[in-house]
Amino acid sequence: MGDLLVLMISCILINNILLAQYLGNCPFLGTSKKMETAVGMAMAVIFVLVMAGVITWVLNVYCLKKLGIEYLQTISFILVIAGLVQFVEMFLKKSIPALYAGLGIFLPLITTNCAVMGVCLINIKEEYSFIEALVSSFAYAAGFGLALILFTGIRERVLLARVPKPLQDTSIGLVTAGLISLAFYAFKGMV
Amino acid sequence: MVEAVLFLFALGSGCGLILSFASKIFYVYEDPRVEKIEGLLAGANCGGCGFAGCSAAAKAIVNEEAPPNACILIGPENVSEIGGIMGAEIGIAEPLKSYNTCDGGNRATDRFYYLGLNSCRALASMYQGKRDCRVGCLGLGDCVKACGFDAIHLGPDGYPVVDKEKCVGCGACEKVCPKPILEVRSISQRLLHLNAEDDALAPCSQTCPAEIDIPRYIAHIRNGEYADAVNTIRERNPLLLACGRVCPHPCETKCRRGLADDPVSINQLKRFAADWEMNSNKRLPIPCAPDTGKRVAVIGGGPAGLSCAYFLRRAGHRVDIFEAMPKLGGMLRYGIPEYRLPKKVLDWEIDGILKLGVESHTNVRLGVDFDFKSLIAAGFDAVFFSVGAWNDYKLGVPGEDLNGCFTGIDFLAKIGNETPVKIGKRVAVVGGGNTAIDCCRTLVRKGVEKVYLVYRRTRKEMPANEVEIVAAEHEGIEFVFLAAPNKVVGNEDKQVVGLEYLRMELGEPDASGRRRPVPVAGSETILDVDMIITAIGQSSDMSFRGKGDRLDDVRVTRWNTFDVDPATCKTNVPYIFAAGDAATGPALVVDAIGGGRKAARSMDLFLKGKPVEAQPKQLLNKHIAESIFKSVEGVTKKKRAEMPELPVAERIHTFEEVDLVISEDNAQNEANRCLSCCRLCYNMDVQISG
Repeated sequence: MGDLLVLMISCILINNILLAQYLGNCPFLGTSKKMETAVGMAMAVIFVLVMAGVITWVLNVYCLKKLGIEYLQTISFILVIAGLVQFVEMFLKKSIPALYAGLGIFLPLITTNCAVMGVCLINIKEEYSFIEALVSSFAYAAGFGLALILFTGIRERVLLARVPKPLQDTSIGLVTAGLISLAFYAFKGMV
Repeated sequence: MVEAVLFLFALGSGCGLILSFASKIFYVYEDPRVEKIEGLLAGANCGGCGFAGCSAAAKAIVNEEAPPNACILIGPENVSEIGGIMGAEIGIAEPLKSYNTCDGGNRATDRFYYLGLNSCRALASMYQGKRDCRVGCLGLGDCVKACGFDAIHLGPDGYPVVDKEKCVGCGACEKVCPKPILEVRSISQRLLHLNAEDDALAPCSQTCPAEIDIPRYIAHIRNGEYADAVNTIRERNPLLLACGRVCPHPCETKCRRGLADDPVSINQLKRFAADWEMNSNKRLPIPCAPDTGKRVAVIGGGPAGLSCAYFLRRAGHRVDIFEAMPKLGGMLRYGIPEYRLPKKVLDWEIDGILKLGVESHTNVRLGVDFDFKSLIAAGFDAVFFSVGAWNDYKLGVPGEDLNGCFTGIDFLAKIGNETPVKIGKRVAVVGGGNTAIDCCRTLVRKGVEKVYLVYRRTRKEMPANEVEIVAAEHEGIEFVFLAAPNKVVGNEDKQVVGLEYLRMELGEPDASGRRRPVPVAGSETILDVDMIITAIGQSSDMSFRGKGDRLDDVRVTRWNTFDVDPATCKTNVPYIFAAGDAATGPALVVDAIGGGRKAARSMDLFLKGKPVEAQPKQLLNKHIAESIFKSVEGVTKKKRAEMPELPVAERIHTFEEVDLVISEDNAQNEANRCLSCCRLCYNMDVQISG
């Protein structure tokens, strides 16, 4: 149990997927202009990542390893994740419209997002057990959400600040992201 | 190898099968427009629109939460197609073009080099460029680099010159320019922009009630580009022939050149450009925005009505003018005599406005020939009132109803309309304004033996234009100052035989700052005249109100004018707007023209369903303090062009136009006297050549 907690903290804070691993920067910059959008995106990432992490773990252990074709990880993961997300999207639209309204528009955006893909591959590389893979997927996604929401909060304030023209918008966004990343660097050595 | 191929094949077809079944099972009806619109968006999921990806943006557009042009990456064709899908009228949007607002003056000094790279943006963000000018061009050419269409180059004077043919209106130059130099605007945006505090405005342009870009048209004249000069004036004033003749040019009082020697003769240059177009006998094309399908009724075809109709028409609305008199023109036709503004010239100018597609209905008076309800029933979306001020004030002395008593506007309108009037031999005109002078000078031309102008103060207090007073003096009009009419004397046939007045002396200054005349007791004098014209001011005829329709709700001031917001010309009824004399009380032609344009801007907003609000930082003919200098340096003195006019002996027998147009050489000279001011700088180069 204690190990899982350590794993969780490590995934959320120390190895934060956005700020320490630099994966998933496109939605990080694209959807961080409005808090509402950012929260939706964070939820969608948690949802998709947990499912993708589980299914890719299963696929890896029960198919790829058995057949000895682990070198097909990347391509088969893309295929499975994309199919899964599409399926879930359709399912939600029909069955749980309320949830779809909240997440729906974000799902296709992160279908084969590098953060999602990255976490799935990390899970395999670190040779996590099923439970560990589940926890790490959730924790990485939560870390993504945390960073995104923090960043959006700052960007919303930066909008009101006087920024020199050449630095406006994405430029100041990247500078801010760099500074948050430096701050997260302080978690190194915590575990 | 074999198992890898087989595995991928199995995985792929498995996913495909599951998804195809799922799409049947979980099918949900979705607005087909979303898919169509998504196909027209860029598909980059860049988030630039503020929505999470292109499908979200498409959905927002369908739900009307975002405009059809929400996507920043697509071109105008896609936008108009999306507009079409959304049921908006399919039409090509008005083209956007880049315009340069700063065209000369001393260049900003280079103060900052960013790693040796000269960039306006670096300069502006570090040092604001030249510190003493908030608007001036920095001239380092960021706009040239930003333009992807090779449409901008730096001209010989170091400021950007836009090639209108190549410009596609993408807005890249405006985005990179750290100062408000390059503006990408559509025609109607340009036409309906009111002077603002942060615009690049010379003192003359700030003063002009019609907000004409004066230095720009003078620069065009200087370069011999007369057509461009006419177009520049027309962006703000559709009645340039009339204004070039009758405007008392308030702009010239603020001309910076006036600090060194004499102000530039701005109005004569305007007349020169306007006459050039008329004499070339070829009308310059006037572009109009695509039709919007909205209809506007303009009540009153005077300068304010014509101006409003012109600007609304150019913004794409359909306009009908309703005029009570037999012809359009209002006071321009019926208040200003032939010798100042020939009817032929006015006809030519009004024709040009009607040719844009403005409908006119003359000889119809609101409240008599048609009523307000029928206008609304006829499907007009907004109504503009420019009914002017046609009711003359009465003297309020006994005997005013005798034969031979007239009022100013009534008299001038009769003459303008060629209605026969019985004119006496010796006439007294009461009043000191332009109307009184116009009456006097008209009477002289009608062969009257003696014309007196009776005014209760002195020449210094006369509100008429100085040039008009001087011309009247030359034409032999006798001024009777410090005289207040007391009684009209008549004979048994109820015919005027004299005007009794009291002599006055000047006392304490009144509210208007002029010294108040006080009568001298027992000083009654009789002036031997057989006709009296009273021209002591006018008010609006509001007799169309009180008929139980919406007009009764419109608030009216205590001076019997429409109670309008001076920044927007809107009344308290949302679809009724008013400007001109009917809103301001008697004022200048150029005020009416400016008011008409201001109202056109508000009406355009109203017709497009936007809130009718004052433009932010609107200048409203106030002056920008920093632009008013105490002195100008380094100007070589040079006399101002004299206005050619007909000799007195010749002109007092005819209604021929008195003031003549200046020659091309003189116009060139005069244009060269212009300092090309723009707020803080004036163009040194021009002075050297001038």
